[in-house]
Amino acid sequence: MDATGFSLITLVLFLPMVGFTILMFMREEQASQIRWTALGVSIVTFVASLLLWAGFDSSQPGLQMVQRWDWLPTYGISYYVGIDGLSLLLVILTTFIMPLAILSSFRAHVLHERGREKLYYMFMMLLEWAMIGVFVVQDLMIFYIFWEITLVPMYFLIGIWGAEKRVYAAVKFFLYTMAGSILMLLAILYVGLQAGTFALPEIIANVQNGTLVFPGDGLFSTQSFLFLGFLIAFAIKVPIWPLHSWLPDAHVQAPTAGSVILAGVLLKMGTYGIVRFCLPMFPDASVQWAPIIATLAVIGIIYGAWVSYAQQDVKKLVAYSSVSHLGFVVLGIFALNAQGLSGATLQMVNHGLSTGGLFLLVGMLYERRHTKDINAYGGIWKVMPLLGGISLFVTLSSMGLPGLNGFIGEFTILMGTFGSDVLGFFFALFATLGVILAAVYMLYMFQKVFMGEVTKPENENLEPLHWQEIAVMIPLIIAILWIGLQPAPFFQTMDASVNALVTHVQEHFPTVAQLP
Amino acid sequence: MENYPQLVPLIILIPAIGAFINLFWGYRMGEKGVATVGTTAAALSFVIAVLLFSYLSGSGYQAVIVNPPFLDGWLRIPSAGVEIPWQMRVDTLSVTMMLFVTGIGSLIHVYSIGYMHGDPKFHRFFTYLNMFLAFMLILVTGNNFLMMFVGWEGVGLCSFLLIGFWFDKAKGIGWRNSNAARKAFIVNRIGDFGLMMALFLTFWTFGTLDYYKPGEVAVIHAAEHSEAAATEGEAVVPAEGEVGAHEEGVVAAESAQVEGEGAIGTEGEHAAEAVHASDNSERATDELGVFGQAQRLLEEGREVDLGPFSLPIATVITLITLFLLLGATGKSAQIPLFIWLPDAMAGPTPVSALIHAATMVTAGVYMMVRSNVLFYNAELTSFIVTLVGVSTALVAGFIALGQWDIKKVLAYSTVSQLGFMVAAVGIGAYGAAMFHLVTHAFFKALLFLGSGSVIHGVEHGHHHVSHHAHGHDDDHHEEHEFDPQDMRNMGGLWRKMPITYWTYLIGTLALAGIFPFAGFWSKDEILADAWNVGWLEGDLRGYIAFAILLIAAAFTAFYMWRQVTMVFHGEPRTEAADHAPESVPTMTIPLIVLAFFSVIAGFFNMPTGFLGLDGIFGAHRFTFWLEQSVQHAHAGEFQLGIALMALILAVGAIFLAVRIYGRNKSIVNHTDPLALRQETASIWKLANAKLYWDETYYRLFERPFNALSRFFADTLDWAFWHDYIHDTVIYKGFNAVGDVLSKPIDLGIIDGTVNGMGRLAKWVSGGLRGVQTGYVRTYAITLLIGVVLVIIVILLPLLQRG
Repeated sequence: MDATGFSLITLVLFLPMVGFTILMFMREEQASQIRWTALGVSIVTFVASLLLWAGFDSSQPGLQMVQRWDWLPTYGISYYVGIDGLSLLLVILTTFIMPLAILSSFRAHVLHERGREKLYYMFMMLLEWAMIGVFVVQDLMIFYIFWEITLVPMYFLIGIWGAEKRVYAAVKFFLYTMAGSILMLLAILYVGLQAGTFALPEIIANVQNGTLVFPGDGLFSTQSFLFLGFLIAFAIKVPIWPLHSWLPDAHVQAPTAGSVILAGVLLKMGTYGIVRFCLPMFPDASVQWAPIIATLAVIGIIYGAWVSYAQQDVKKLVAYSSVSHLGFVVLGIFALNAQGLSGATLQMVNHGLSTGGLFLLVGMLYERRHTKDINAYGGIWKVMPLLGGISLFVTLSSMGLPGLNGFIGEFTILMGTFGSDVLGFFFALFATLGVILAAVYMLYMFQKVFMGEVTKPENENLEPLHWQEIAVMIPLIIAILWIGLQPAPFFQTMDASVNALVTHVQEHFPTVAQLP
Repeated sequence: MENYPQLVPLIILIPAIGAFINLFWGYRMGEKGVATVGTTAAALSFVIAVLLFSYLSGSGYQAVIVNPPFLDGWLRIPSAGVEIPWQMRVDTLSVTMMLFVTGIGSLIHVYSIGYMHGDPKFHRFFTYLNMFLAFMLILVTGNNFLMMFVGWEGVGLCSFLLIGFWFDKAKGIGWRNSNAARKAFIVNRIGDFGLMMALFLTFWTFGTLDYYKPGEVAVIHAAEHSEAAATEGEAVVPAEGEVGAHEEGVVAAESAQVEGEGAIGTEGEHAAEAVHASDNSERATDELGVFGQAQRLLEEGREVDLGPFSLPIATVITLITLFLLLGATGKSAQIPLFIWLPDAMAGPTPVSALIHAATMVTAGVYMMVRSNVLFYNAELTSFIVTLVGVSTALVAGFIALGQWDIKKVLAYSTVSQLGFMVAAVGIGAYGAAMFHLVTHAFFKALLFLGSGSVIHGVEHGHHHVSHHAHGHDDDHHEEHEFDPQDMRNMGGLWRKMPITYWTYLIGTLALAGIFPFAGFWSKDEILADAWNVGWLEGDLRGYIAFAILLIAAAFTAFYMWRQVTMVFHGEPRTEAADHAPESVPTMTIPLIVLAFFSVIAGFFNMPTGFLGLDGIFGAHRFTFWLEQSVQHAHAGEFQLGIALMALILAVGAIFLAVRIYGRNKSIVNHTDPLALRQETASIWKLANAKLYWDETYYRLFERPFNALSRFFADTLDWAFWHDYIHDTVIYKGFNAVGDVLSKPIDLGIIDGTVNGMGRLAKWVSGGLRGVQTGYVRTYAITLLIGVVLVIIVILLPLLQRG
């Protein structure tokens, strides 16, 4: 655990910062070089993260490739990075989505209009750095810092390159997340002072061997308050219903790449946080609160889908669909069994791929028609057959067609929910209704945009897909198919970690006698 | 021959490759190239199905489980004990499905060459057809429920794509088509909800979704069967063994049931193989699939622990089967979910024939027959299944009486016939259900293709007429809409399209259940089984099924003859019908082939001792074949009285139809004779309005759903939660706090990093006020400074260390 040597993780983590620095010294006029540098760095980061996977031993449940370096020893704060099966997949998701988001920005009309491309790509690099940081850091304090830093570049991405109400949306995004984070900070300080260290693995070890006890009897114990301190911060990020009000604004106003990263990675920081911090540090509270939070998740699944169906703005529709989809992830986490947690982790990746893909496709339409109004389209499949086909594919992935990625995640989650000792039949029943609703709103959107005859003359001559746009979609399509047909390697990667976590939490299940 | 089962992955892969080629290169291959690729792929699949058939009949019907070499495992979560592989099952049931799916599929590919000729999306059509075959074959070859589910939703997707194939037709027709496509998908999703719940319940009860495990004896026939067999001088030798293992895939023989003196007649060979197979019987496994475990648990009468509560196994099985039934009502278009199928006729006619009549819609029946062990042991479910089946058969048969659209009649007829099959499952006549499924596939595909030929002909006639008569004033012509599918626009086509007519007539007679066509035998087997279950076993299901199915059968004969009369007989009622040409050979040859099978398909499963026909064709051959993999498929006892009763009813109904529609002129005025009579007018109106089923659903479900959706989205989520709570209450509150914070307060209390965070919060609240002033730059820069400060705070200790 006390490895002090250099870890590959540090390389992956700081590569984007290298890119950031390079970009800093380039001139604004070298627009093309700036773009390709940003893309190049993000691809190198992706390759480096694949090396992480290659060097990862999936039979080990604990942290791997650990690097620890005392930073503020007086306070027990250290630069402490490491990955396990859960964080590895999310690191790879991040480094996978980033090149796509960057490539999709090359032709973004808003960048040419408002300029400051250098700043834009620098923010991208900063964002990637912070997001990877969130997933690899094992020190509560440093985690908090990375968590907050992710806000900054996203704030500017929305605020500078967003749509009409961008400033409003950016501020709301910032404030909303910030409000939750303050509670988390208090909880972190309390935990850190109690434990005498901010290193997460040590805290968890102490919780497991009983040297660190947060009294956890009942829904309003110390442990529950700490749990909620973390959970509310994460719930806002996810967002868990009813804390989703910032999401439609942020998504609708953000530029395409911003939406892609927001949906693809940033939201997963919330669900990842629950898995990484809430469950192992506060197992009693997790068990006690599971039915309540799962209820919110199920409401979110149905409510998000239902609200999504009435939207007339394509981006807003996809945004609300995220509320529904991430409800599945939260539900899977609080099933507190191996199926649920495996499914939830995979579904984080899946949602990143399919919803990220949907935002990319909406962006392609937006570049051509400059509107997000669903009624402005119709019959696009005929005008742009390739775009129509790809959109159908991604739509199907998002609504969970068996054989594609979304189904694997949803099915595993629902199966876990069904067999969960804390949730059970009725949670699964209502959540599965969400699967029907997913078809309702997704096909509504697809039909409205792509089917029917072309009624608007503006739609008759749309520019066919550029090779860069196709290149953005191909990796997504491959990933969607791969996870759908062969999810076993992904489950294998996280299996030992999932198992260790689930075993740890399940020890805190009430014994049969205590059950009502 | 021993390695034939290893070919089974190819049966899926070949159409998939065909679809792939046509998808990416089809647009520049020309119609010929596209058609060659698509049809060859379908035909090769058929060849493989035939090879598998010959393997099974030559090897004592030993079921084989095959792991495809290129996909290692599938849904595998080691710590959760989930292990659901990509695994295929070659047994008599799956091979039956493969045979007619690929066989009829190939014919429909050929037919489509002519039918889709000249369509700008010709290549897309063949892509979808091949894709459909691939998914359908996944559905039937899978050895677990999850693979079936992949095929299940996959064929649903193809159905969606093909119903909406002409999504871009002008004048709103395209929009209607895409509505129909979406409706089909969503209604099916409701069924899929049931299927998913059944899968979860199955998994948590049995710990697996596999039908059977490799090495498991799949079918153990009860003692009474061997007794019955013994009296007929047959010996049932259950045995199990292994067929030569392949390098890549594990091949395990599952069960071999060899009859010494079976009707097949090659007793010597079989007996030898049985001995050979017995040698390997040590490979028998204790691991059981879903069905094996269900039987064992039922015998033990155990309770199943399902998380918070535990239930007796019988209750669990009832629940599972009820959820499965919901799935079947979706895909096999039963009440309450049948409403999508009539709308699905918006697709091109070959699609209606292949997907919405012959193959896909039978998936629900296949699934229930596959799960016969579960359904057989769930009394309550079987009763409900029977009710669903008979009411669907009756309701759809009734609605078909009042339709004008040639394809709508056939669509409701399909729903009604699927009701027959489902009812057969309900009364436990699994063999009869499969028999009717197969014969129906032939004659219903034939009828749909025939109707396609008619529509094609009338359309051509219409073009011909408008070209000559109206020539230059097309605009005038456009106003008067001509519907080539409306039977009122037809008449007298028998002289114009003789091949179409005669084949159509055969199909009609087969569907109506006239001796000796295929439908007679299969429908009679269902009725006879119903009679046995009711009168001999005293089960209520049997009485209900028998009485209602008999009425539905009479309806069938009536509406089919009404259709034949209106389409083919009498004099042409429009110029278009007068100028309709016979279709091209690529279209008529499939008709002839299907007509041939519509005549002879019944002979595959002759009852014993009827006119000595069983001496020629062998008795119960199909049932015997199915029994090798369907535990409860038993041969029905033939009842001459019932057969005669059904026949007389059908012939009577035909005579009635002749009397009413034969020489009636009211159709010329676009009115049905039944609508003109006082006593039948209201009934006819009900049938014509489809019993207001769609309207009722619209009022009950769709409209409230949409209204609630708008309420949630606009009022609850946006006006209240977003605008009022967040943008008014919280925003104002935050502003107030921000004002306090931005006044010079001593922040020294907070130390270190927290300091930076507090300051950040302050700037944010400053930024919030910036929204009001509108100066983006001001607070953007303020924030940037804040960020820099945060970064400095982070980096400072690092510098100190150095």
